[in-house]
Amino acid sequence: MTQLQYLAQQGINAISIGSLYALMAIGLAMVFGILRLINFAHGDLIMVGSYGALLLLVLGTPFWVAALGGIVASTIAGLLMERVAYRPIRGAPDVSMLLTSFAVTILLENVAILVFSPTPRAFPTPSSLNSTFRFGQLQISRIDVVAILVAVILLVLLTLFVTRTKLGISMRAASEDLLAAHLMGINVNRVIATAFAIGSIMAGVVGLLWSARVGKVDPLMGFYPVLKAFVASVIGGLGSLAGAVLGGFLLGFLEILLQGLLPSSLAPFRDAFVFVALIILLLFRPNGIMGSAEREKI
Amino acid sequence: MLTLEDVNVYYDQVHALKSVTIEVKEGELVALLGANGAGKSTILMTISGILRPRSGHVRYEGHDLTRSSPYDIIQVGIGHCPEGRHIFGNLTVQENMLMGAVQRKDRAGVQRDMEWVYSLFPVLGERVRQSGATLSGGEQQMLAIGRALMGRPRLLLMDEPSLGLAPVIVQLIFKVIKQLHQQGVTILLVEQNARQALQVADRCYLLETGRVVMSGPVEALRTNPEIERIYLGGSAV
Repeated sequence: MTQLQYLAQQGINAISIGSLYALMAIGLAMVFGILRLINFAHGDLIMVGSYGALLLLVLGTPFWVAALGGIVASTIAGLLMERVAYRPIRGAPDVSMLLTSFAVTILLENVAILVFSPTPRAFPTPSSLNSTFRFGQLQISRIDVVAILVAVILLVLLTLFVTRTKLGISMRAASEDLLAAHLMGINVNRVIATAFAIGSIMAGVVGLLWSARVGKVDPLMGFYPVLKAFVASVIGGLGSLAGAVLGGFLLGFLEILLQGLLPSSLAPFRDAFVFVALIILLLFRPNGIMGSAEREKI
Repeated sequence: MLTLEDVNVYYDQVHALKSVTIEVKEGELVALLGANGAGKSTILMTISGILRPRSGHVRYEGHDLTRSSPYDIIQVGIGHCPEGRHIFGNLTVQENMLMGAVQRKDRAGVQRDMEWVYSLFPVLGERVRQSGATLSGGEQQMLAIGRALMGRPRLLLMDEPSLGLAPVIVQLIFKVIKQLHQQGVTILLVEQNARQALQVADRCYLLETGRVVMSGPVEALRTNPEIERIYLGGSAV
């Protein structure tokens, strides 16, 4: 393989993994923007979506029906989360909200362990997704291509939503100034529920792509993705949607780059190097790349 | 039109409004005067439903708004232009204006009112695609007023509309306030610039540490030596 081909291959890898991080980070960023809540339970929506899809697959439905069902499952879970756990404590100190999100995580994961057992289960990825394209020496897996296409479509739709629709503009308004949003008569409950719904849909999509990639699901599978998404949104600037996307892709590139550059003895410590890079970035830009200075919360 | 009856509001332990009773009649321009922390903004926030009174009532044209949410209060026709402008800096001027009309369904009417606001403040009309954050302080204040007008309020609450602005802009803002008043919009105005406020208002209430200490038509207050001394800088007048 020529060097150019190697670069192209790794580039596609990075964009694909970056797409997943970006989609996850958007969910965190939207909720953080409005509520100043870092919703660590966001990762568990991936798990809910994946198990939802797996259940349907076991029952024999076609893959696309199961995929849709998984996304619906994670969306319902996300909306319930907001209604049951977060709405009652809205306006509470940030720490209380953060602790609540840990509680939701622990609850969801343990329910999943009880219901599905802690043993990972195989995720029957359809062979149409598992195969690879070949361009000469270059091999591109279909799942990477699908991930990138899906991410592009969702990002375009999201952009249209937040710039062209009243509800989307209301969401940007509420995330900038909640007091003014209330005074304008924006239906803040609806805006917040919509933010959770969009984030959950994206988490459901990520869950499917993730499960199809690794070929298995387990009750704790949401932990790493949410951690990565959190890093991505901090890189981009917490609360900024564009920042979340940028941070997601940057993180994807950084990981693949380190994977390629690090000698094999250091490779297991890749994530430590990622965090070192994050710390260095935050030293120079404490609010992330696109973050604005912290506003007063009202 | 609007009455506050014996309203008591607390910030945690702090008793911010003490048995406040205020009335605003249809078509009036009423000014609330008083030093910082006297409770002027608190009154407006209570009317808008951001703060809840611990006791007392807020009534507006037969509705009891005491326990209503800001969302419902907009619907009965009360607009609020808050202190410090609170415009959406990441949104364009046009998007800010749309947010002021967020509950309205009549697209044609919204469009017409937008044109009307741009005729009141032509500089906004020249900047429709610019983000709110790039506007000057005066332009932001105009946008805040315009945005509040987009909800077609019959009662407009204005909190310190002239704070920190250049004299030319203050003149313009007060010209528009007078104009709105003449067009029949009822206005409850909070102003630290007492002299300006007394020039446009019909009646006024004077607040001190959360209590109404004096009220009446502005003519009476303008000639009151105590007001002179406290709010208009004494013998300088």
